[in-house]
Amino acid sequence: MERYLSIVYFLEKDPVQGVADMVNAKAARSAVGTANKWASDVYRVLKAANVRQMSYVPDAGHTTLINLFSADPDVVSDVLTTEEEGVAISVGAWLGGQRSVLLLQSSGVGNCINMLSLPVIGRFPLLMLVTMRGEWAEFNPWQVPMGRATQSTLEAIGVRVMRADAPGDLAETVEAAAALAYEADQQIAVLIGQRLLGKKKW
Amino acid sequence: MVRTMPRSKTSKPGTLARREAVATLLRHREGMLVVTGLGSPTYDVHAAGDRDDNFYLWGAMGGAALVGLGLAQAQPDKRVLVITGDGEQLMAFGSLATIAVASPRNLTIVVIDNHHFGETGMQMSHTGHGIDLAEVAASCGFAATATLRTRVEIDKVAKILAKPAEGPCLYVVKVAAENPPRSLPSRDAVFVKNRFRAHLGFPAG
Repeated sequence: MERYLSIVYFLEKDPVQGVADMVNAKAARSAVGTANKWASDVYRVLKAANVRQMSYVPDAGHTTLINLFSADPDVVSDVLTTEEEGVAISVGAWLGGQRSVLLLQSSGVGNCINMLSLPVIGRFPLLMLVTMRGEWAEFNPWQVPMGRATQSTLEAIGVRVMRADAPGDLAETVEAAAALAYEADQQIAVLIGQRLLGKKKW
Repeated sequence: MVRTMPRSKTSKPGTLARREAVATLLRHREGMLVVTGLGSPTYDVHAAGDRDDNFYLWGAMGGAALVGLGLAQAQPDKRVLVITGDGEQLMAFGSLATIAVASPRNLTIVVIDNHHFGETGMQMSHTGHGIDLAEVAASCGFAATATLRTRVEIDKVAKILAKPAEGPCLYVVKVAAENPPRSLPSRDAVFVKNRFRAHLGFPAG
């Protein structure tokens, strides 16, 4: 019934445009479905790794993951004013015996650089999940410089970079990153490719 | 030419000796976990007595209050005390919003405020120009805030620091602009980290 009504709605607007909108809506539903799938897979991996704190500056690509953590009574979620705050929170969490994860966009990596001295010099486990901008079908030129600099700046300060460009690879990459961070005391950023996230609707 | 705000009562310089102020503050710390901001607050806390339950920052300016937040969230049954300077806390101005929203009941921030960037040549900081960090924290919704200027006032607050609170607290302690001889803790962050975690019963790492 719902499906029938939506077809009527699209066709009533304008039959030609209506068909195009139906195709777009299907693509959009598919993109949302894919995002929910990888996000719920990543959430499951991080829960299995016993992550107890999550901090974030929002990115559209992280929406589902942020919602899943925020609804989880066993995880403390903190919204940040700037991403470097989350680096310091992760250090404090580890001092107190808890594992944490920081969700951010590539532009926020630039805000973190000096604060990353702390986990690097103290060999604190650090796991950052970075949604990429500025690299695949980007419409905003202002995202390009930091997108280009994300990997090299992280590596310059001593953070190890891993990357996933296909939805099917992401959960496994995060699982490997979590092991490296929490069990081998490494500082890891997982870059989530913009191609995987899909084109931002504007 | 440096522009100045109209000077408020909180921009009146402090007269307390910082080492004495910090020692007074820590006298009743009981089981409190302490995190220090880089520069003089790290030296002040170390001078009051090196302990396993101190975590000293030597860098990462702007990180002290947020290390305190992560720790407080991980250890809700213990009280966490962050002792930092005005310059360090000013770099983490936004952290007061983050901490207020997080609203931990076991986190207190004490800003040892000498109105200057003491480590770099005593340039006047924003608090010297009238910015009032206790008022900022109060506006953000901290459960308790105050500016302390005397040893009696510090002693009064020191006695309630280890007690339960309704939410995050922030106290500004006005001290004289001076650089006492440095009292340096280990600069090996891995050592200090492992010592701190061992105190809480966690393995090295």
